[in-house]
Amino acid sequence: MVDFSLWDILRNLLLAARWTVLLSLIAFVGGTVVGLALLVARIAKLRGADVLVGAYVQLFQGTPLLMQLFLAYFGLGLLGINVSPWVAAALALTLYTSAFLTEIWRGCVAAVAKGQWEASSALALNLREQLVHVIGPQALRVAIPPTVGFLVQVIKGTALASVIGFIEMTKAATMITNATFKPFTVYACVALMYFVLCYPISAWSKSLENKLHGHR
Amino acid sequence: MATAETIVKIAGLRKCYGPNEVLKGIDLDVQRGEVIAIIGKSGSGKSTLLRCVNGLETFDEGALTVDGQPLRHGDARAMRALRQHVGMIFQSFNLFPHLSVGRNVMLAPTLVKKTGSGETIEQARQLLARVGLADKFDAQPDQLSGGQQQRVAIARALAMQPAVLLCDEITSALDPELVGEVLRVVESLAEEGMTLLMVTHEMSFARKVSDRVVFMHAGRIHEIGPPDAVFGAPQTAELKQFLSALDS
Repeated sequence: MVDFSLWDILRNLLLAARWTVLLSLIAFVGGTVVGLALLVARIAKLRGADVLVGAYVQLFQGTPLLMQLFLAYFGLGLLGINVSPWVAAALALTLYTSAFLTEIWRGCVAAVAKGQWEASSALALNLREQLVHVIGPQALRVAIPPTVGFLVQVIKGTALASVIGFIEMTKAATMITNATFKPFTVYACVALMYFVLCYPISAWSKSLENKLHGHR
Repeated sequence: MATAETIVKIAGLRKCYGPNEVLKGIDLDVQRGEVIAIIGKSGSGKSTLLRCVNGLETFDEGALTVDGQPLRHGDARAMRALRQHVGMIFQSFNLFPHLSVGRNVMLAPTLVKKTGSGETIEQARQLLARVGLADKFDAQPDQLSGGQQQRVAIARALAMQPAVLLCDEITSALDPELVGEVLRVVESLAEEGMTLLMVTHEMSFARKVSDRVVFMHAGRIHEIGPPDAVFGAPQTAELKQFLSALDS
């Protein structure tokens, strides 16, 4: 029987971690873009935007991410669109992230005092200028902790993509376990690696929060 | 006023909040350079009327023009044009907390009027000097007292070179000892010929500075006239009661 060293396990997990990171980045960047667009549509009071975005948010918040991944993978397949696990995972996680972020940010915008909207309106600023120069910077300050907190959720959420055959860290761990018969060692390594990914982000959020509040 | 020129024209203005009619047909013409104080009980519609003038509140019926431009809600371009003629100062100052004092003053001219940065900085410095805060250009709003913040708000409104300035109870949120410094700035503006529409609870100030006093009651202009007439010889029971309640 072949003997696997700890380094063999770690090396293979590290290779798979690339895909966890990449999938998280795609979900986060895509989710940010879509989430921002939905937020602006709502703020600009586009017709029907509030109801539609509200329903979208409820849909993604009210169903498990696991189901969303299944539906993206098998549902699109049923429609005759053949998607790879990559595309399905990226799509499902992007939509999931956008729904949560748009709702988080809506609360942050609502937290900016009404007088700020009135003062900037009275100074003849248009909506874009208000958002960029007055409301956005103030909402951003409030938004950082919950946004980064959610980013950590997304990183951990990518583990679910393993169920549709996407080979990221968790899926790789299962495969390595099957070869090595050392589940505890493997999964302990995986947990540690998730922690190493997530902890710096949380710490960064905290320091940003302190910096932004210190500036006031 | 020999060369009377109407700058704000309000005709038949009506506004409802649901079944509750808060403005029941307001007619008021304001001449250029005129100082008008709006007084009345809370709930009489005075703030609502003021906020209609720059479109912060919509109205249901009637017409309103500023400097010849009709106010059209829902037309973003027209509102932007109109609001460049109307400055507003709020009870709660509403300075932008994330910007320095100087940048608070410079923001709107830079974005809306697209004035060059050198010119804007120079103008901001002059305006801050005018309200007695020349040394606060780089300060953050939360480092200032309420009175200082309100004076920055005045400088910020003036930076757009408005034809009319709306003042919505601008001393109501101030500690008593800070009221004077703000009123002195407003008084100097009045002396320089700025058109002012102010909702105020400072009756002695209203009496001293204004050309006309508007007493609002239950959504209507109940009495209007020169301060001596309104304060010295009130005609209606409502105004008499309002004034006597203030004295007690």
